[in-house]
Amino acid sequence: MSAALQMQGVRKNFGPTEIIRGIDLEIRSGERHAIIGPNGAGKSTLFHLVSGKYSKTAGRILLNGEDVTGLEPYQINRKGLSRSFQITNIFPRLSVFENVRCGLLWAMEYRNSFWRLVDTERELNERAAQILDEIGLLDRCDLPAGVLAYAEQRALEIGITIAGGAEVIMLDEPTAGMSHSETEGVVALIRRVTEGRTLVMVEHDMGVVFDLADRISVLVYGEIIATGTPEEVRASRAVQEAYLGAVDSAGQEVN
Amino acid sequence: MSVNQSTTTGATADGVEPAWKRVADEQMRRGAFSRTLPVWGAAVVILMIMPLVFPSAVAVTIMNQMGISIVFALSYNMLLGQGGMLSFGHAVYFGLGGFLSVHVMNSVEYDGWWLPLPLLPLVGGLFGLAFAIPIGGFSTRRAGTVFAMISLGVGELVAACSIIFVAFFGGEEGVSGDRTMGPPVFGFEFLSEVEVYYLTAGVVLVAALFMYLFSRTPAGRMANAVRDNEERAEFVGYSQRYVRFVSFCASGFFAGMAGGLFAINYEILTEENLNLVTSGWVLLMAFIGGVGFFVGPIVGAIVLTLLQTVLSNHTELWQLYVGILFVLTVMYAPRGLTGLVAMHGPALRSGRLGPLVAAYGVALVPLVAFLAGAILLLEMGNVANQSVVGESEAHVFGLSLDVSTAPPWLVAAVLAVGGAYALARLAPRLRDAFGRATGAAGGAP
Repeated sequence: MSAALQMQGVRKNFGPTEIIRGIDLEIRSGERHAIIGPNGAGKSTLFHLVSGKYSKTAGRILLNGEDVTGLEPYQINRKGLSRSFQITNIFPRLSVFENVRCGLLWAMEYRNSFWRLVDTERELNERAAQILDEIGLLDRCDLPAGVLAYAEQRALEIGITIAGGAEVIMLDEPTAGMSHSETEGVVALIRRVTEGRTLVMVEHDMGVVFDLADRISVLVYGEIIATGTPEEVRASRAVQEAYLGAVDSAGQEVN
Repeated sequence: MSVNQSTTTGATADGVEPAWKRVADEQMRRGAFSRTLPVWGAAVVILMIMPLVFPSAVAVTIMNQMGISIVFALSYNMLLGQGGMLSFGHAVYFGLGGFLSVHVMNSVEYDGWWLPLPLLPLVGGLFGLAFAIPIGGFSTRRAGTVFAMISLGVGELVAACSIIFVAFFGGEEGVSGDRTMGPPVFGFEFLSEVEVYYLTAGVVLVAALFMYLFSRTPAGRMANAVRDNEERAEFVGYSQRYVRFVSFCASGFFAGMAGGLFAINYEILTEENLNLVTSGWVLLMAFIGGVGFFVGPIVGAIVLTLLQTVLSNHTELWQLYVGILFVLTVMYAPRGLTGLVAMHGPALRSGRLGPLVAAYGVALVPLVAFLAGAILLLEMGNVANQSVVGESEAHVFGLSLDVSTAPPWLVAAVLAVGGAYALARLAPRLRDAFGRATGAAGGAP
C-alpha cells in the first residue's frame, strides 16, 4: 500500500522546549489512523505541523510522496489535505449553507473569481446541499453557524473539512465534549464521509478509537512509542507502561 | 441533535425531489439577482425624479455630494463590513483618484486629449486601483491592528506628500480644472448642476450595482469568510492575504471612482480630500449607516451629508452632534441606523408592529423633550462660553434666548432632566413591547 502521508524526523521546539521529538510515521493510503496519547503529548501540535499551521524545526512531511514541509496551510489544502480543529473553527456569521459552500469554492476551481455569481452556479449549490444532507444539517441551512448547538457545530466542521473532497482528512478530537448518543452519531458520520479516503484522527475516547481505527499510533511526550493495529497496540508492553495506565483519567478529558 | 440523522443523498425511487435538491433550488432562488431588480428599479426612479422634487440649486448640490459620498462609503465598506479590514487611510484612493482626474481634465482642456466626461470616474477608478495594488500588496498580509496601523501610516504619508509635491498636488490651493472642455456627450456639456447630477446619479447606480454584484461572487463571499475566520479560510484552500488583496483592490477602484466624481462636481481637489479627516469621515458614514448591511453605507452617506450641509447652516456645533451620534451608535446600535430599522423586520413580518409603534409613540414625547433640553443646554453653553464680546443671545429653534438670565437655563434643564427621567422609566416597557412584538422573550438587544 502506498503512503498518503509520511512524516520523517519531524521536530518542533517552542523556545528551548521540545514538543515533538523526532517523529517518523507513515499513514497508508485509505486507512483510518488514530493518534492517541495523554494530554500534552503533542497530538494537536503534530496536526498543526502536518497541516502547515506551525513551521517545523526539523524534518520533512510528504503528502502522496510530495514534499509539503515548507508550504502554507492553503497550499497544503490545495494538494489534498483537509483538517478540522479541536476547538470548533467555523465561519460564525455566515449561514450554515454558506459555510459548506465556502469549503467547496476552491476545490471546485472558483478561486478568487469576481466575474461569476455564487447563486447562479447550480452544481456548487447542489453539492453544498448534498453535504448538508450528509451531515444532517439540511434543515439548519439558513441559520448563522455561530448559533448552532455545539454538536451541530462539530458536525458542520466535519462538513467543511470534507467538502473540498480532499484525499487526506485529519480530524482533531471530533467527539470531544459530546454526549454518548451524540458521539455515536458522529462516529457513524465519520465512517460514512471518509469512505475511500485516508483518515487521521486524534481522539481521547478509546471506544471511538478502537471502533474506527485500522491502525493506531501512540504519542507520548512528543514521540511515537508504538504503531499498529488496535490489537497490537493493546498488547504492546510499552504502551501499557507509558499510557494505558492513565487511560482512566484520559478517558474523561474533554478539552 | 441532528448529526446522527442519515438521510438519502440521491433521487428517490418514486421520483420525489430529494430534500437537498429543494434546499439548493431555494438557495439559488433567494440569491438570484432578479430578486433585487425591484430595488434597483426603485433606485433608478428615485434618482430620476429627485431633481424634480428638489429643484433648487442648493438641493442639487447636496444631492451630488451625497452621490459622491455613497460611492465612497460603499467602497469603504468593502473593506470594513465585507472584509473585516479597518482602514484609517481610505481617503488616499479617493484623493489620488480625484487629483489624477483633475489632471486628466486639464489635459483634455490644454493638450487636446479626447475623453468624454462620463468616462472620467472610470479614469479615477483606474488610478485608485493603480495605487491600491502596490499598497494592498504589503498591507493586506494581516487584518486587525496591523492592517489598521499600516493604513494610518500610508494615509499620513500620502497626506504629507500632498503638501510637499506642490507641482502635482498644487500645494494649499490644490489643483483645479474645468469639466466643460471635453467633447459634448449627446449634446450635454455639463455646464449646469442638474446635468452633473444625472451624470453622478448614473455613476452611483453603476458603481453600487457592481459593488453589490462583487459581494455575491466567490471573491466576495470569501472576503466574508476571511473576515469571520481567516484561519479556517486558509484550511479550505484560500490564502487570506490574497482574498483581502482582491477586496482591497476593488475597494480602491471604487474609492478612486468616487474621487473622479468629486473632481467632476467641484472641479478642484485639495490636500483636504486625501487627509486623515476625510478617511475618518468615510469611516463615520459607513459605521453610522451600518457596516453589516449593503445599504448601510448608503444610509450613512445620506444622513451624514445632510448633517454636514444642512445642520451646519443652523449651528456651529454640528460636528459635536455628529460625534455624539457616532458614540451613541457605537455604544447602543453597533449595527448602525440600518440595524435599528432591520431589527424591526420580524415584528413587521409577524404583523405585530402596531403595538410597538404605539409604545414608541408614547416614548416620543419624553424623547423630544430630552433632545430639546439637551440641545438648548449645548447651544446656550456654546454662546455663554464665547460671550466675551458681550454677545449673550442664543438662537435656537427660531428662538432668541438671553443666556445671561436664569429662566432659559431652567427650562432647558427641566426638559433635559425630565425627559431623561421619563425615558429611563419607560425603557423597561419599551423593551417588553419590543420583546412581545418580535417574539423574543429577552427583549431588545
